Amino acid sequence: MRQKVLFGLCVLAAWLVAADIAVILLVLPDEAAQGAIYRIMFFHVPAAWTALLACLIALAASVMYLITRNLRYDALAVAVTEVGLAFGAVNLITGMIWGRVIWGIWWTWDARLTSMLVCWLLYAGYLMLRHAVEEPTQRAGTAAVFSIFAFADIPIVVFSIRWWRTQHPQPVVWGGGAMDSSMYRMLFLNWAPLLLLFAVLAALRMRQEQAQREIDALRRQAHAL
Amino acid sequence: MNFLRQAWLIACKDLRAELRTKEAINASLSFALVILLLFSFAFDPNSEQTREISGGLLWIVFAFAGALILNRSFARELANDCLDALVASPVSSAALFLGKCVANVTLLLAVELVCLPVFGVFYNVRWTGRFWPLLLVLALGTWGLTVVGTMFSALTVNLRLRELMLPTLVYPLMIPGLMAAIQLTTALIAGQPLAGGLYGWLKLLAGFDIIFTALALGLVDTVLVG
Amino acid sequence: MTAVAAEGVWKYYGDFPALRDINLSVEAGACLALLGRNGAGKTTLLRILAGLSHASRGRVRVFGGQSRSQETRRRVGVLGHGIAVYEEFTAFENLRLFAALYGLPDPRKTALEWLEKTGLERVKDGRVREFSRGMRQRLAVARAFLHEPSVLLLDEPFTALDDKAIAALQELLSRARARGSTVVLSTHQLREALELATHVALINRGKLAFAGPRTGQMLDDTGWLYRTYGEA
Repeated sequence: MRQKVLFGLCVLAAWLVAADIAVILLVLPDEAAQGAIYRIMFFHVPAAWTALLACLIALAASVMYLITRNLRYDALAVAVTEVGLAFGAVNLITGMIWGRVIWGIWWTWDARLTSMLVCWLLYAGYLMLRHAVEEPTQRAGTAAVFSIFAFADIPIVVFSIRWWRTQHPQPVVWGGGAMDSSMYRMLFLNWAPLLLLFAVLAALRMRQEQAQREIDALRRQAHAL
Repeated sequence: MNFLRQAWLIACKDLRAELRTKEAINASLSFALVILLLFSFAFDPNSEQTREISGGLLWIVFAFAGALILNRSFARELANDCLDALVASPVSSAALFLGKCVANVTLLLAVELVCLPVFGVFYNVRWTGRFWPLLLVLALGTWGLTVVGTMFSALTVNLRLRELMLPTLVYPLMIPGLMAAIQLTTALIAGQPLAGGLYGWLKLLAGFDIIFTALALGLVDTVLVG
Repeated sequence: MTAVAAEGVWKYYGDFPALRDINLSVEAGACLALLGRNGAGKTTLLRILAGLSHASRGRVRVFGGQSRSQETRRRVGVLGHGIAVYEEFTAFENLRLFAALYGLPDPRKTALEWLEKTGLERVKDGRVREFSRGMRQRLAVARAFLHEPSVLLLDEPFTALDDKAIAALQELLSRARARGSTVVLSTHQLREALELATHVALINRGKLAFAGPRTGQMLDDTGWLYRTYGEA
């Protein structure tokens, strides 16, 4: 049953994305300054929002784990962190493609790019740390503490990097102008299927994490005999 | 009061143990000097450019040297299961953590104070112009590095690949603190007064220290008692 | 009065229950031998009693207080697998350090006293690094006993120790017992443990299989307990 629901949601997300892409490519006009490439932002921006949401959920799940010691929260934390990292990667990569077309360079140490990269590396560290701990309960506690530290660092990273960049010349992103309302609406419209996809992937990953814990317990039981 | 006394006992114990074996401090100091030497091949050591990147250069050295000291901090309790004896004693986890931080800061600051004159001589940089503000920045930056590093030393103490995990986890987390320390150090070595924008960086660095000290003191018990 | 009590203690490693619903209470002044095969959960239980680890469910009480509170830890002495003294310090420095950490009024004096009690006063300024195995173990025993704990938790005390250290430990244990201290020790060395014990608990695959006073029958036939309650 659960699997069917997830599959259904997946199909729904795919259908929505397809519909959105049709609108993005066929209906919306080229942007005056940037031409066709601006369309990448309909994936770029919602991906960033999703990644940020993932960090928030990971924080809440980690805190809840430390309070309740219920490993379901740990599974939730690792699931959203991992899927959030994937969305973060989408954000970084689409951003780089956009930068290559508009600025002619793949990478620049712009404030937003740098902050995103630092945060991405932080949470990649979370996965690395989990990988190094064998015992599930110890792993959950260690990872939860790390997740809280990482989240506390995000605002400081964003703030300090913005400050750092204002002292150096930098290319301007989005020109600071107002966006056409149809484009603006499209950002949110396309966020919906991405969120749906995020939820499905996170649910699958959570299930996998729980199955893995069961296997680990069975293995321990076998050793104990 | 009792809390501070316990922390002090732990700090004295760690410092005395380190002064006897000199394991971490020797490794850290020689590593720092080697990196300082290596940098001279990375760019022209005589150019004016050196002064412009002096803060970044120094803090990279300090961060690398610090990782060696911090790695040892909880690892030294592993032999003979000493960590269990400390956790089972009436010393609170927070006092244990604070004591270790104080010891690590002292060691790392000592390494830094040796590195600074060596850096000045090697790269022909006069760094003493704003000595006291510079010392304040060193202390604050080192405290931040130490608090985060000591916490992760506790977090990774039982892991395989401990030595590799610590720097990979700590450096990204340290970026805001390091960035502030780098900006301040460069400016102070260039002879700028501690005012205006620099004052903002100093506040950021202090804020970073406060936030992570509070978080670490609050969470260290869950890390040490499984 | 109950000195140590485990009330419905469970411990999970992931989904694997290493301890299942342990209910155990030790009267003040009693000596409980915690028996069980390797991996049965003896060490896990002792670590939870010692406040080195949290129970996943249930709770542990030491004289009615929480196992992690400072007052409780002042009253508990723990001797684990490791000797838990620092190699780079001298015997005297080690004991003085732990006396100070336990907040004893005169750490110097206490340290000297315990060096004498364990026969280490002649090597008090020797570094532990240079000590023989037996000397280290006696020092470890002194370290665990120096704050005169009312509850002693000993994990496999007889396996790691040599003869002289065992003699020292038994001497100290009987003195502590005479003072009214409570002792919980895990062991597989049945004979030594059963001679000391007033009570016996057998853990089998994380479950408490038997708990009760030590009887003469157990001494006469040390395998009886395992045969009767061992295979659940």
